Amino acid sequence: MPQSDTAPESSEPKDEAPAPSLEKATGRTGADGVPAGKDPKPIDAAPLPKGGAPGITFEKVVKRFGSNVVLRELDFTVAPGERVTLIGPSGSGKTTILRLLMTLETLNEGVIWIGDQTLWHMDRGGKRVAANQKHLHEMRKQVGMVFQQFNLFPNMNVLRNLTEGPRRVLGVSQDEAVERARELLELVGLADKLNAHPTQLSGGQQQRVAVARALAMQPKVLLLDEVTSALDPELVVGVQDLLRDIANASDITLLCVTHEMNFARDISNRVLMFDQGQIVEEGPPEQIFGEPSEQRTRDFLQAVLAS
Amino acid sequence: MEWDWQYSGDIMPDLLDGLKYTIIATLLGYVIALVLGLVWTLLRRAPNPVVRQTVRWVTEFIRCTPLIPQLFFFYFVILPQVAPALHTVLPFIDFQEPIAAGVIALGVHYSTYTAEVYRAGIADVPRGQWEACTALNLPRSRVWTDVILPQAIRKVIPTLGNYLIAMFKDSPMLLAIQVVELLNASFQVGAKSLKYLEPITIVGVLFVIVSVISSILVRRLERRYATV
Repeated sequence: MPQSDTAPESSEPKDEAPAPSLEKATGRTGADGVPAGKDPKPIDAAPLPKGGAPGITFEKVVKRFGSNVVLRELDFTVAPGERVTLIGPSGSGKTTILRLLMTLETLNEGVIWIGDQTLWHMDRGGKRVAANQKHLHEMRKQVGMVFQQFNLFPNMNVLRNLTEGPRRVLGVSQDEAVERARELLELVGLADKLNAHPTQLSGGQQQRVAVARALAMQPKVLLLDEVTSALDPELVVGVQDLLRDIANASDITLLCVTHEMNFARDISNRVLMFDQGQIVEEGPPEQIFGEPSEQRTRDFLQAVLAS
Repeated sequence: MEWDWQYSGDIMPDLLDGLKYTIIATLLGYVIALVLGLVWTLLRRAPNPVVRQTVRWVTEFIRCTPLIPQLFFFYFVILPQVAPALHTVLPFIDFQEPIAAGVIALGVHYSTYTAEVYRAGIADVPRGQWEACTALNLPRSRVWTDVILPQAIRKVIPTLGNYLIAMFKDSPMLLAIQVVELLNASFQVGAKSLKYLEPITIVGVLFVIVSVISSILVRRLERRYATV
């Protein structure tokens, strides 16, 4: 079912305004759900993950779908707390990297490290064996993901979407989970949508809730999979600003797949250019977008920016 | 052939008594069909392939054979064997009664249909919902009870409702094992007076009335819950 981007019950414009800035320094106060005159919470008080973010290492990772090799012996490393954007033509394996990290796809060959632990393998009697469900469950606690299609639970209201994980997985008490959900909704500028159902929200609002839901699990690694691709153009900037502010204010390790080059420049310390399951070029955003050295990167950027 | 109003009035108590059994059998059978159907569906997704295949072929077999032989089989073969055991578990039910066999057979027969309905409903839940569950690390049981089944069942409420009406219309088959439901009751009064016009016509009218009422109720339920 296509998502409507207009909340049926509200006539006031939503989402067109940028998200309430989270940085005290800018002093911006809110549009989009935050009652006028009420300062958004200072970012430091917001329940964002601090410290202890692990790095990520891919060692000769191979992923095949049938006979189609999507990742071929891929090696790369993300430092703890680093923010990396993956760009490249579709089919180049960017999203597969995120899906492997979220255990939505299974690994064919190679090793993926999160911090000093292997994601898809575990140690049994000194031997490295395939991970069981319990190991995957433990490893997943460190990782959160925001999807292109939001994937909120339509059978639950916004509050329950945010408390379900903390209560059922982290064992947080109902009161504490609700308290944290309130704080996170305030952070994403939707404090008044606590009892709304996802279908009553615009696409931009749904994606903000999805960001809050991912953060409610206190992940140390956050994966953003084309999070603004399904949004109407005028809603894109608000969600991007929100994510940039969250990234700036937390120590989270961030992996981001996007086709929005401005967002990539904004949010990341490093950009990886992918083609056919391999890294073609990497470097800080100024270099990749300013003076890319590879012809393949130049062609890609030209094609993306022309559209 | 002339309609006898006096006679019609006289036989009404007997017919309404039959209707009572028809409704009881349908509703209890429906509960069994709803619960057992869900059990089949979940077992067909069990990790063990032997369980999956067994359930698959058993339900396929039940669905592909007519209800009446199944009624006979339950009443004359299975229930005499297991009735004493069942009776010790549920002492307030006499499993030797035809109505008990009828309810169980009706419920089991239709559970193989509701299982297919649930299966379709579950297949209809978008993949993104499963992936969000994984991303949130929800335990398997919670994925089913909190996310997948609530969405799947809402989607299939109209279809499940139609099976209630279908079961109601199939309930006269219970007369094959001497359950005095509505149709059987009409035969019995007709046999006494040798006047069949009134009782059988009234049976038709009563079936229409109950069917229409339940359709309306089902549609209400649909409007209330089937909007996700």
